[in-house]
Amino acid sequence: MELDAVTSSVLKEIDAGGWKQEGAYNLRFNGQALCHGDSENIKIKRKEDKPGVDVYISGETKGEAVHIPVVISQSGMTDVVYNDFYIEEGADVVIIAGCGIHNSGCNETRHDGVHAFHVGKNAKVVYEEKHYGEGEGTGENVLNPVTEIFLGEGAVFTLDTAQIRGVDSTERKTDVDMGPGSRLFVMEKLMTHDGQTAVSNMEVRMNGDDSSAQIVSRSVAKGASRQTFHPNAVGNALCKAHIQCDSIIMDEAQVCSIPEIDARNIDAQIIHEAAIGRINTEQLLKLRSFGMTEEEAEAVIIDSFLK
Amino acid sequence: MLKVCNLGYEVIENGKKVTIVKDISFTVEDGEMLVITGPNGGGKSTVAKLLMGILPATEGQILLDGEDIMDLSVNERANAGIGYAFQQPPAFKGMTVRRLLNLAAGKELPEHICCDLLSSVGMCAGEYLDREVDATLSGGERKRVEIATVLAKSHKVCIFDEPEAGIDLWSFSMLVDEFEKIHRDKKETLLLISHQEKIIQMADRILVIRDGSVEKCGEAEEILPMLFGGVKECACVNRRGGSGYGIGCGNK
Repeated sequence: MELDAVTSSVLKEIDAGGWKQEGAYNLRFNGQALCHGDSENIKIKRKEDKPGVDVYISGETKGEAVHIPVVISQSGMTDVVYNDFYIEEGADVVIIAGCGIHNSGCNETRHDGVHAFHVGKNAKVVYEEKHYGEGEGTGENVLNPVTEIFLGEGAVFTLDTAQIRGVDSTERKTDVDMGPGSRLFVMEKLMTHDGQTAVSNMEVRMNGDDSSAQIVSRSVAKGASRQTFHPNAVGNALCKAHIQCDSIIMDEAQVCSIPEIDARNIDAQIIHEAAIGRINTEQLLKLRSFGMTEEEAEAVIIDSFLK
Repeated sequence: MLKVCNLGYEVIENGKKVTIVKDISFTVEDGEMLVITGPNGGGKSTVAKLLMGILPATEGQILLDGEDIMDLSVNERANAGIGYAFQQPPAFKGMTVRRLLNLAAGKELPEHICCDLLSSVGMCAGEYLDREVDATLSGGERKRVEIATVLAKSHKVCIFDEPEAGIDLWSFSMLVDEFEKIHRDKKETLLLISHQEKIIQMADRILVIRDGSVEKCGEAEEILPMLFGGVKECACVNRRGGSGYGIGCGNK
């Protein structure tokens, strides 16, 4: 079907790989499923009892991508959606989600995406999620995603989230339960400006032996924005986890990083590193010695840091 | 031509004026190579930073091709044609070697140019181009990338602050070859801060800085015998400061 210009441009921001109405996809627009398609190995079914879809990914899936973007252009809308993913043993899949709000009105536009991933034995999942807001209106763009991940034995899950601009308020909740030998990689990138606020709470429970988690969070806080990070790694078994939170603080922003590590097994090894600081002067000087102005150098440093 | 006249740098420490360097004067002709040497803590790096505008000179004059550049900022001096390799280059999270080279060149460099640049500092491009210039690179690796960034663009004057520091013997000899090549081509004026005999011996002119002022300055033939010709005091500079980390005789 034909998409309007606003929707197409928002899709470009949240689906960098290129949105196409091909293979397995589901586009949710202003609270309705606008178009959807299945592939041989990936089937998308609309939920009967509540808004959202169930996505069934067969064990035969090898390297295929499924795109499930959400676009909201109706100011004042609150859209709550529940998406469940059932990933069979041995599947190898890339799930590209993302939510973009174009708010041209004066009312708060809000999207709460509740996603649950049931990942089978030895399955490999890459989940990419980009959040973005735009619009000339004064209404706030609010995104409160909830992500629940259940990892079976030997499953590998990569969670790649980014919120670069335009989201006035976000409260993110991520919960992960890890089976034996499973691995989790989290890369969280966030930039806030003006009066925006962002809260990210995450709890990773390593319940099975030989499970491991690596969590990297990078953020830049500009203007009078405020950020709070609270990742918690719980070691219930023989496991390893490494959490690294780095933030660049600018202007009058505030960044709060709350490290929590919780070992409940003698064989749990958990490390947390957290650092907050202004842009490194040496880096600025180095880039200025290439002929860039201070502002250009700052932009390059932030861009690389969040890449 | 780079002409430096009576360059000085003073700071206020605990309400008292402290002179870091004073009365530094020298000239480097186009295509010439000047090596600044002398004991650690003597003020060599300070002079380099004053030339680049990283530190604000409190007196004197710096003329690049007759133009006074004293009031120019770091980026303006870079655009005027000065390249600068830091003694201790910073790490960048998320910045790849490739991107840093492109930024240094001011344009997208083709793959083979990036490879040549890294090869000239003894690095294998295939292995390093897409690596990040962060703490996963060793100090010596970052230092070699640093030198490659200066080689990525042509400059009127290139300043290298102790290019040998932290670099292994094999890469060092490649680096010396690279400096020899630039020097032979006479396209760029080289200003190197160094303790290495091999580098000092390449110089056209040598400047010895001790205790914040010029101790000796002149043609290489004139100064070299004083440094390596058995004069006790300066052999000490060479021996004790040789690694770039030692303690020179002037500031025990």
